[in-house]
Amino acid sequence: MEIKSMTAVELGKKIQAKEISAVEAVRASLAQIDKVEEQVHSFVTIDRAGTLQRAEEVQRQISDGTLTGPLAGVPVAVKDNMCTKGMLTTCSSKILGNFKPVFTAEAVRNLEKAGAVIIGKTNMDEFAMGSTTETSYFGVTRNPWNLEHVPGGSSGGSCAAVAAEECPYALGSDTGGSIRQPSSFCGVVGIKPTYGTVSRYGLIAYGSSLDQIGPVAKDVTDCAAILEAIASHDPKDSTSIARESYDFTGALRDDVKGMKIGIPQDYFIDGLDKEVKEHILRAAKVLEEKGAVVEEFDLSLVQYAIPAYYVIASAEASSNLARFDGVKYGYRTEEYEDLHNMYKKSRSEGFGAEVKRRIMLGSFVLSSGYYDAYYLKALRTKALIKQAFDRAFEKYDAILAPAAPTTAPRLGASLNDPLKMYLGDIYTISVNLAGLPGISIPVGTDSKGLPVGMQVIGSCFDEKKIFNIAYAYEQTGEYKRPALVQEGGRE
Amino acid sequence: MAKQYETVIGLEVHVELATKTKIFCSCSTEFGSAPNTHTCPVCTGMPGSLPVLNKQVVEYAAAIGLATNCQITQVCKFDRKNYFYPDNPQNYQISQLYLPIARNGYVEIEVGDMKKNVRIHEMHMEEDAGKLVHDEWDDTSLIDYNRSGVPLVEIVSEPDMRSADEVIAYLEKLRTIIQYLGASDCKLQEGSMRVDVNLSVREAGTEKFGTRTETKNLNSFKAITRAIEHERERQIELLEEGKTVTQDTRRWDDNKETSYAMRSKEDAQDYRYFPEPDLVPIVISDEWIAEIKARQPEFRSGKIERYKKEFDIPQYDAEIITNSRHMADIFEKASSICGKPKKVSNWLMVETMRLLKEHGMEPEEITFSPENLAKLVMLSESGTINSSVAKEVFEKIFENNVDPDKYVEENGLKTVNDEGELQKVLEKVIAENPQAVVDYKGGKEKALGALVGQTMKAMKGKANPGMVNQKLREMLK
Repeated sequence: MEIKSMTAVELGKKIQAKEISAVEAVRASLAQIDKVEEQVHSFVTIDRAGTLQRAEEVQRQISDGTLTGPLAGVPVAVKDNMCTKGMLTTCSSKILGNFKPVFTAEAVRNLEKAGAVIIGKTNMDEFAMGSTTETSYFGVTRNPWNLEHVPGGSSGGSCAAVAAEECPYALGSDTGGSIRQPSSFCGVVGIKPTYGTVSRYGLIAYGSSLDQIGPVAKDVTDCAAILEAIASHDPKDSTSIARESYDFTGALRDDVKGMKIGIPQDYFIDGLDKEVKEHILRAAKVLEEKGAVVEEFDLSLVQYAIPAYYVIASAEASSNLARFDGVKYGYRTEEYEDLHNMYKKSRSEGFGAEVKRRIMLGSFVLSSGYYDAYYLKALRTKALIKQAFDRAFEKYDAILAPAAPTTAPRLGASLNDPLKMYLGDIYTISVNLAGLPGISIPVGTDSKGLPVGMQVIGSCFDEKKIFNIAYAYEQTGEYKRPALVQEGGRE
Repeated sequence: MAKQYETVIGLEVHVELATKTKIFCSCSTEFGSAPNTHTCPVCTGMPGSLPVLNKQVVEYAAAIGLATNCQITQVCKFDRKNYFYPDNPQNYQISQLYLPIARNGYVEIEVGDMKKNVRIHEMHMEEDAGKLVHDEWDDTSLIDYNRSGVPLVEIVSEPDMRSADEVIAYLEKLRTIIQYLGASDCKLQEGSMRVDVNLSVREAGTEKFGTRTETKNLNSFKAITRAIEHERERQIELLEEGKTVTQDTRRWDDNKETSYAMRSKEDAQDYRYFPEPDLVPIVISDEWIAEIKARQPEFRSGKIERYKKEFDIPQYDAEIITNSRHMADIFEKASSICGKPKKVSNWLMVETMRLLKEHGMEPEEITFSPENLAKLVMLSESGTINSSVAKEVFEKIFENNVDPDKYVEENGLKTVNDEGELQKVLEKVIAENPQAVVDYKGGKEKALGALVGQTMKAMKGKANPGMVNQKLREMLK
């Protein structure tokens, strides 16, 4: 097998076995980037020189036996909203177009300690606001399965890079589905862990109470191994939780006998694509055949998740993004009259339309006289949604759902109707509101040849159960590569 | 008959807490360092940075709340206050609005013979902002983030005060409590205590409050008093002219003794407060409250009563000494060493207060040790040095905390008790001042003083004045 086509864990094993060097691994990624990046555009920054140098250092530590972990020497791409010391971190925004952080995000540091080699920073929707990676200031990312379609978002760059085999795995972030939905659109595996599992220190905040970093990879095994590497209790993040266990790979068993899995009836709504629905029901059948007990149930409150999410996330974003003002770092307008004019022009010129829309929405729902009617009501809704899930998890080990109502839409088809775009988040958003873990795995392709993703949702801290189910399902089929990669492979 | 007006005042008092590190990061809170040397990604609002609460801030805030009879909010939270200004690197301040740490307290004040309670509406924790430095030559502004993230509590009183005297009594009471707790040095000049005055007037006997204004930039008790008088008169004048008071925020200019409106209610900002998602709720358990209570020091009123009993000093002395916890500590220690509390008290009340005033210092800034003061009392009491030498030595103690034993020894300041030597000097003084001798013998008691003075001078102040006096009387019989 070619290096680029290996999973992270496969490659890591070969590196430990001295069959492949860390430098060769990086070269394989860079070679694939040379081949496909122009078409896919997964990256904002590719650090060719730095990454080779780092690979050499890591290789020395592998050779002398200091680095022995499963990810040592394996290249990784990091979403461009995670701070990397001295390396551009733009959030795909003009306002941070020149920003080089003075420290590295905790999750990335954890990877570095494990010997990971960062090859670059991946494209995203500006400040993670969007579902298509079309709102990036640095241009759209295209879906490797069909370059006329979006890769999903906001972690579209990370998911496209993995699907296009530009890197074995990547880090994404998920505030309302930003790992799971693009993973689904790109036919890769992505997990959003329980809120508090991965430190947010160094993740440039969008919706602080919802944001979580998570892995994007070719299979479930990789995701479990990567999550073991990045998860930690971080005293620098007050919302980080000291978990009882950080073992995830222990759950990779091909055995779901007796597990109880629920499918919310209320997820089968009008907007759900027929083919997607069929794929999910077929996958459920597969699990049933493997011995799981699958049944439909009523989750309730489904229709309230989207409004609650857009109120809470936008409110937090309006405040989180206030610091980008042209004073201390990032973009400052060329000419201005006074302080307020400088603020206004820098922010008007520095932010894109979707970001401005959410800042305005967030400022509105927090403004005096509206706070109770919108923000407080949204918080109460969030609590009720959490309760609805808690009730479900009294009965079920996990919940099955689509990751998105459709497969990847065509480029340009979503942004002119934001409300429709927001409705596309219906299956992912409530998981963030409730702080739950959710994984998206590929379960086939539709008639257009685009991947369909299935979501497995677990109760808080129950990552092991969803890894178990996802892994068991994964054993029933082969990982599928987009044509773009297969063609590349034939050369 | 002219209308009578009543002044109604409520205060918002910001107090900088004396923690070693900032409220949400581990940067030092030290005052007066080079700009931007006590900064990190958190207190400069770098993207991706997150706040972590300093536990000591909660302890101090809860201690102040308990000492001012507040209810402690056992599950309290931080909120974000959003506004754009460069001194605030995130463009929001982490503060408390919905669940402040303490509520519904009071402190008792005394003005003349009148005692009353000033109620505390609430007290909350928050972070301080950085400091803008305007370079007028260059037409630019620079920012120093050293102060950004220094912990503050804001104590909001009810509108319970009716005069500048009551305001000062309240502030002094609050300051003493906080200083006793060691929670802040509460210096108005340096800004570790900042006072905003909310004031309105109403016709005497009416219930309804008038429209209030808020006055800021008050850097001393004198400025507060002047600003209150000025604002009261300004509002009464407006009302007398049939105009209305507008609800504005005013800045006091102490040099010009006037205030001007900074902004009115119409352009008041909407701070869009919401719960700070980066911090978890703070749970203050009964056990924690009990621990904080157990650590509370003896406060001023307790000390005054004990001093009167234990040290047998008058109320007046006890009040002055306990006005500063530092001075009270010196008093207690020195008294226990030398066993002469009244003497120690005299040194503190007279000479110490005089020198503090002369140097423009606060009692908290006293640097001498109780040991050295005790030694001085003992030297003086045993007659080893006389009172004028003692005063001279005390000045040295006050300035450099010298060891009085050594200082007296090294400078040869011991009182000469050698009667032979004194006899010689006295004979000489009597011989050289015949007129005074005649006057004294003729009944002018004053003349004796002159002779004592001459003798002390001749002996370079080291004679025992009592002994000189007695001897002279004997010799001139």
